[in-house]
Amino acid sequence: MYDVVVVGGGVVGCAVARRFVLEGAKVALLEKGADILSGASKGNSAILHTGFDAPTGSLELACMQAGYAEYMDIRARLRLPVLETGAVVAAWNEEELAKLPGIVQTAHANGVTDVRQIAPDEVLAREPRLSPHVLGGVLVPHEHVIDPWSAPLAYALQALVNGGEVRRNTVVLSGHFANGMWRLETNTGTVECTTVINCAGLYGDILDQRLTGEENFAIKPRKGQFVVFDKAAARHLRTILLPVPTERTKGIVITPTAFGNLLVGPTAEEQDSRDHAAVDEETLRMLVDKAVELVPSLEGMGVTAVYAGVRPATERKEYRVRHETARNYIVLGGIRSTGLTAALGLARHAWKLYARMHERLTNPIWPQAPRLAEHCPRDWQTPGYGEIVCHCEMVTQREIEVTLTGPLPAQDYNGLKRRTRAGMGRCQGFYCNARVAEMTAGRFANPLAVGGTHG
Amino acid sequence: MVDVAIIGGGPAGIAAALTLKARGVRHVAILERESVLGGVPRHCGHPPFGLREFKRLLTGPSYARRLAAAAEAAGVKILLRHSVTALKPGGRLEVATPEGLVTLNARRVLLATGAREAPRSARLVGGDRPLGVLNTGALQAYVHLHGLVPFTSPVVVGTELVGLSALATCRSHGIHPVAVVEAGSRAVARWPLGLFPRLLRIPTYYNAGIDEIIGHGRVEAVRLRDGREIACDGVLLTGRFLPEASLARLSHLAVDGRSGGPEVDQYGRCSDDAYFAAGNLLRPIETAGWSFREGGAIADYVADDLAGGLPAAGDEITLVAGEGVKFVVPQRLSRVAPLRGKLQLRVERPISGQLRVSSEEAVLYKRRISTRPERRILVELGEMKPPGEAKRLLVEIVS
Ligand SMILES: Cc1cc2nc3c(=O)[nH]c(=O)nc-3n(C[C@H](O)[C@H](O)[C@H](O)COP(=O)(O)OP(=O)(O)OC[C@H]3O[C@@H](n4cnc5c(N)ncnc54)[C@H](O)[C@@H]3O)c2cc1C
Ligand SMILES: Cc1cc2nc3c(=O)[nH]c(=O)nc-3n(C[C@H](O)[C@H](O)[C@H](O)COP(=O)(O)OP(=O)(O)OC[C@H]3O[C@@H](n4cnc5c(N)ncnc54)[C@H](O)[C@@H]3O)c2cc1C
Repeated sequence: MYDVVVVGGGVVGCAVARRFVLEGAKVALLEKGADILSGASKGNSAILHTGFDAPTGSLELACMQAGYAEYMDIRARLRLPVLETGAVVAAWNEEELAKLPGIVQTAHANGVTDVRQIAPDEVLAREPRLSPHVLGGVLVPHEHVIDPWSAPLAYALQALVNGGEVRRNTVVLSGHFANGMWRLETNTGTVECTTVINCAGLYGDILDQRLTGEENFAIKPRKGQFVVFDKAAARHLRTILLPVPTERTKGIVITPTAFGNLLVGPTAEEQDSRDHAAVDEETLRMLVDKAVELVPSLEGMGVTAVYAGVRPATERKEYRVRHETARNYIVLGGIRSTGLTAALGLARHAWKLYARMHERLTNPIWPQAPRLAEHCPRDWQTPGYGEIVCHCEMVTQREIEVTLTGPLPAQDYNGLKRRTRAGMGRCQGFYCNARVAEMTAGRFANPLAVGGTHG
Repeated sequence: MVDVAIIGGGPAGIAAALTLKARGVRHVAILERESVLGGVPRHCGHPPFGLREFKRLLTGPSYARRLAAAAEAAGVKILLRHSVTALKPGGRLEVATPEGLVTLNARRVLLATGAREAPRSARLVGGDRPLGVLNTGALQAYVHLHGLVPFTSPVVVGTELVGLSALATCRSHGIHPVAVVEAGSRAVARWPLGLFPRLLRIPTYYNAGIDEIIGHGRVEAVRLRDGREIACDGVLLTGRFLPEASLARLSHLAVDGRSGGPEVDQYGRCSDDAYFAAGNLLRPIETAGWSFREGGAIADYVADDLAGGLPAAGDEITLVAGEGVKFVVPQRLSRVAPLRGKLQLRVERPISGQLRVSSEEAVLYKRRISTRPERRILVELGEMKPPGEAKRLLVEIVS
């Protein structure tokens, strides 16, 4: 019997589980995937947004700013990085240029008062490799980059080591509320709790319907593809380069990553599938061309990785947050494109809606996130690591072993990659994939090797 | 301080170390990031290796063991699990070791970090991203180093020479490729690869490419550009080699965007004259035997240089890859007479015409060639006499 069951181990669910555990509730986080971050949260741009361009007065803005503030407050204790890049919204034609003052105005209305318009010379002084065709920009000094995987992992870990439960491979199929209590049916049995918080991301609407019997909103999956350039590209751009947004999307961004690469993306492609995050060659080429158009020195730059993520967009722009007090049910739905930033803020918001009291943890444990950011100390810089397994990303044997045996161990190759960066570098496993197969043998339901040479 | 630090313990690096020791250079160290010396041949579990070096037909692993034993016997300092993480001006290296970070100073450094195949991402192949998409090198490491099999019925992409290694590796480990897919209209490699799939009764599709990899968790199928879907449980991406040049790229050294390796002169000397380079790092791609000889030849120049016997860097002629030419190595010539050594080139597409090296209007060298991508093309530098004032030589194929 739990106080709270959080359904969905995306970044939002992980942050919510953490908040409720810290507030003293008895919590279980149920995730249907083999690992947390199996949905929208596995592929994003990793930008910690200030909210300068969010709708003024919206819940989204409030959660982003609360999330931003809490991230900065707790990050050192969880050993989470922040890459202080700043951002420039660049105008490439007269029409875009005309929109810059409005962007500054919105930013100031949103309380992001250090945002200002800058002349083309200042844009180019800051980023000399940018195409000289830039007509002007808006500087957002505190737009930053974080590690998109370690952050939610650290939230889930903090929930776990302070008494929360994290159950993976657990799908909530249906639920029934009676006498102040929920009975949730899952593939592994019944789970009982007082309150359910739906953080099911791309499946938020389906879960909502299964639990309430009503159709309150509809997820409209929106895919974004990315290209990651080699580490050599990082010196070509230090600032997040944002386009002037259109009605529909934030547009294609070029941004440094916490892992020392440079990223271009995402696209915004409506699709029916909630799971299918496929890439296609034509779009990837378009992204590379776009990057070269804006930063010409990227011509010929090698590509390290390509990926796609799917946003849990809905038929409306805003977050779909609802609290049904009569049923002890909260849904944090449609967290479309700012959830990495807003997660901690959404968790606080959910706690406020919940409005019950538990005995707050006075001295919670602060687990340490893996050391993945390139600008922070890495494991290989500390002696005793055994050997380097992944040479491109400098991932050690010690790191991989910890990841396989520590709390919330990786249960598939993607989970291992997200916790260590192994195989994510320029050779994509040419040198290390077989060694990783050996180290993980017998541990993953979907193993790297399908058998032995003598089997 | 060592006399020469060699980064990379494959055929090129080991050959260089042996030559340097034979020339009487005292402190020669190989820095190798793996736990075992030998480089890529360690997992090429098939012949032909060693014909020139040991006058015997060896498999890759036994060739690698012989190389390692020779290095040891010659008194080379072998530093395993030493990953060089940064190259600094003048021969200062930052090195990660399990005992901690160290800085190593060397009078000369030889880069011999090899080459690898292009992964799926760099080829921008579309579709899902499941397990089971590998290069030949990774497949060989699975079977030969770890006794594991990553798939049982893959589609093989590419028909360069390494495709032959791929098919041989599959065949001897119970892996049954279901198709070979080649972008060109015929096999890239010469006989026997064109025939090999047919001998193994594997359907081969020319003028074909993968449009989409399909599969949740593991590869389930691929869809070709013509819409044909082939059921399989893996994709084996062969060839399309790239120099493993990231160290050089992230350093102060000049890197050639065409070869993908560091820019060198005819002595293998980089833009910082404390650094030299040899082996497949210089260009994709040559055999182990070639890399071995090249390592030895460039080590000879390094030994000359340590003894003050190499012309100073500075007065140079730039080589420019022109029409039809994918790359030229070396990229620069130190101005000496007579010139020695060879230019190595490759072409971008199948081409016939006159291979020409010219300075302004003056044609210094010409010959007719008819060739294809990946084929080795050599030009004897001894046959050329650049005019005294020449600043750049254009290498092109005029059809
Ligand atoms: C292309 C792209 C770029 C983005 N860039 C940024 C950015 O730069 N900055 C930023 O702040 N945000 C960004 N975002 C947004 C951010 O990634 C999302 O808002 C966030 O990931 C949403 O998280 P979630 O937890 O709501 O959903 P999800 O990550 O989808 O989590 C839901 C989880 O619930 C599980 N689940 C579903 N149904 C069930 C069930 N019945 N039982 C059990 N478990 C279930 C799923 O497996 C999944 O793991 C971007 C998103 C995309 C796609
Ligand atoms: C799948 C495959 C099959 C092949 N089959 C054949 C064949 O049948 N016959 C043949 O002749 N050739 C074959 N080759 C080619 C042959 O393996 C190479 O030509 C040869 O190994 C090149 O030698 P090298 O010394 O230049 O590089 P490599 O053998 O690649 O050695 C480079 C070494 O440098 C090390 N290194 C790299 N970076 C660092 C760093 N930062 N710090 C420390 N060490 C570092 C690497 O670990 C490696 O050991 C094959 C290649 C492949 C990939």
